[in-house]
Amino acid sequence: MTGNVRAWLDARPWVWSFGAALIVWLVTALAVQGRGMLETLAVALQFATFYAIVGIGQMLTIAAGPGNIDLSIPGVMTFAGYVAIGMMNGGNAGLAAGIAAGVVIGLAAGAFNVGLIQGLRIPPMIGTLAAGFVFQSMAIAYSRTSHAAPAPLLVSFSVARVLGLPVIALIFIVLTVLVSVALSRSVFGRSVLAIGQNARAARLAGLAVRRTLGFVYLASAVLAAVAGILLSAYSGGAALDMGTDYLLMSIAVVVLGGTSIAGGQASPAGLWGAAILLDLVVTMLNVMRVGAGLRYVVTGLIIIGVLALAKGREQAT
Amino acid sequence: MTGETGAALVELRGIVKNFGAVQALAGVDLEIQSGRMVSVVGHNGAGKSTLMQILGGTLAADGGTIRVAGHGVGAGYGVRRAGALGIRSVFQELSLCPNLSAEENTRVIHSALAGPGWRRRARRLIGAALDAIFPGHGIDPRRPVGDLPIGQRQMVETARAFTETDRKVRLVILDEPTASLDATATGQLLGYTAEARGRGIAVVFISHRLPEILGHADEVIVMRDGQVVGSGAAGQLTEAQLVEMMGVMRAAEPAQMAGAREWRGEIRVAAAARPDARFAVTVRAGEVVGLAGLAGHGQRALLRAVFEAAGHRRGALQVNGTVASVSGDRRIEGIFPLWSVGRNTTIGCVRRLARFGWLSPAREAAVAEEWRVRLDIRAPDIGTPILSLSGGNQQKVLVARAFAADADIILFDDPLRGVDVATKRELYRHVRRAAEAGRAFLWYTTENAELENCDRVYVFYRGVVTDEIAHAELSEERVIGASFGAEPAIAG
Repeated sequence: MTGNVRAWLDARPWVWSFGAALIVWLVTALAVQGRGMLETLAVALQFATFYAIVGIGQMLTIAAGPGNIDLSIPGVMTFAGYVAIGMMNGGNAGLAAGIAAGVVIGLAAGAFNVGLIQGLRIPPMIGTLAAGFVFQSMAIAYSRTSHAAPAPLLVSFSVARVLGLPVIALIFIVLTVLVSVALSRSVFGRSVLAIGQNARAARLAGLAVRRTLGFVYLASAVLAAVAGILLSAYSGGAALDMGTDYLLMSIAVVVLGGTSIAGGQASPAGLWGAAILLDLVVTMLNVMRVGAGLRYVVTGLIIIGVLALAKGREQAT
Repeated sequence: MTGETGAALVELRGIVKNFGAVQALAGVDLEIQSGRMVSVVGHNGAGKSTLMQILGGTLAADGGTIRVAGHGVGAGYGVRRAGALGIRSVFQELSLCPNLSAEENTRVIHSALAGPGWRRRARRLIGAALDAIFPGHGIDPRRPVGDLPIGQRQMVETARAFTETDRKVRLVILDEPTASLDATATGQLLGYTAEARGRGIAVVFISHRLPEILGHADEVIVMRDGQVVGSGAAGQLTEAQLVEMMGVMRAAEPAQMAGAREWRGEIRVAAAARPDARFAVTVRAGEVVGLAGLAGHGQRALLRAVFEAAGHRRGALQVNGTVASVSGDRRIEGIFPLWSVGRNTTIGCVRRLARFGWLSPAREAAVAEEWRVRLDIRAPDIGTPILSLSGGNQQKVLVARAFAADADIILFDDPLRGVDVATKRELYRHVRRAAEAGRAFLWYTTENAELENCDRVYVFYRGVVTDEIAHAELSEERVIGASFGAEPAIAG
């Protein structure tokens, strides 16, 4: 019986983050005697979306094996956000051009990362970190000339709800499902997971290792750009520090969500559990009036707790 | 057995080990005397490696007792304890740290190599061991072990097991060390074990090559299905008896179709001869071409070049057709450890199976199942995790991957290293069948007996081909002669 439960959990590494999110949600609800429980969840889902978008990209890079990581995400988000919103300049006329410009910046940033990693053979951790500084600096330079507001249409899109649920969350949940299917059933997905397990064997099996890795970094940068545009719209404009949280959060949602940091295995669904969990923890601590210092301690302990549970499972097998 | 139990260096009684529902060892007794060499033989999956891992302390037994030098070792028995008692293991899956050099790897097991100058002392220690066991090895102990070819890695690991500081060696477990060593190094190692035994060191020697065992061991233990099914003094046993005890059908010699056909297909691989060489390399469709010679003389370099050049010309090398490759170094160059047998099989042909980049699960499963059945891979179904298979069956999965890839040229990089006799024979038949269907094989092997399966053999020495031998003219003497650079007797 316990063997069956264990096997069931093994195949579903995302369960832990959703379980923890559920507990935190219930504790929060208790603290406020159940008032606004559903609204708390909807708001958490809204913020979780931004984490999940960048998380998808980060998950792909981490799944591609040891050494692969994208630390340029905050820089790409900020720069793409600034340029996109700048082109919109408060009007709907520039909406399409703004989004296109943001996405192109994402593509260019991804290509730059790939150039550093594959062309100059710089380790991804250093290469993408350095590239991130470059993009952040470009955002700073751009911010001197632009204090634009996002297109009103984009703003209403970013806060729109259907049946009480944020529209952008629903859209990116669909994307997550697609990525999940792609990982198990597409040539690209299989290649990523194979490279993540054993890059040398992947090459000898005839997989396009360089092309796959290049595509992974492009995808991560484009997703970061999209997250930057949407976050800027949602917050009423781009800000220079808007990406700061996302450096570590993008990694935290991947790992908490059940993706192996060693590569070769990914848990897309878990991104959402982890992103909601991280947001709900903040809400819970706010509601309980926990002081700032203690807040970090509790957040840290919750992360350690979830990982310890999930790790215990790995060692038991 | 050898009587006087009191004198046994190691005494295992009733060792039991289960992996889930599978019983790997069902109550095994084993005694090892100082200064003696015990050989353990059996099929892949008979339990040899499991037993050795328990003795070496890397696995805990589920039942039974272990006594070393007359003292019982309790529940805390592990690698550290085994090391302190002078038990060293040389495993089939190499256990060196690939990012460290030979000298650093030596330091790992010797805490006495500390303080200023430890590096120099470690280098001297491992260098002396290498020189003593494998004279002329040509290994730089300062190079990262991962950069060495597998044969040299095996030499370092083997030599390390015989190094002594304040920790003395009393028993060395050699788990198929000769599978990745060429004939010369194998001979050197077996010669050295005699010398080590003279110093009172006991040796456990596992090999699939029965002549090695009968020629060098003192005692032979035969295992089957997790039990000892027979034993005796090596001098009183014959190969046929061993094979019978292991439970192998004494089948007829491998299907000798090699070289029988005159028909020759289109040229798949053409490598012009270097100015200093007399022979060019040509491989035609439907041909099985063997690459022989001592390890590290250019056979792997040729395989690598053919793989890189797949489908086009690169320099003096012309490769027509697609290429798939099977390596005997399965842990580093073969398996995807998190995946099932099925996914490990189909990863070589995902692009061919996919439509617009997407795989159909039914189609993929059909291909994987087809090859599981055709190569008789011993797994309940294609969903079985690859790591739960025995080494030989994992290797079959890699062969299945190459066959399923439907490539024109299949490169074998000593793929049947450490595979049992029965499995090898099965695979030889599959190779022959695939060749008849028009595939070309380039087959590098460290076992000269395997060359029997080739239509033609090129012998390598110092990066060039020193002889080309047709199947009918193949002889061990001629291969060995050319391996050391001798001119072939018959020109061209």
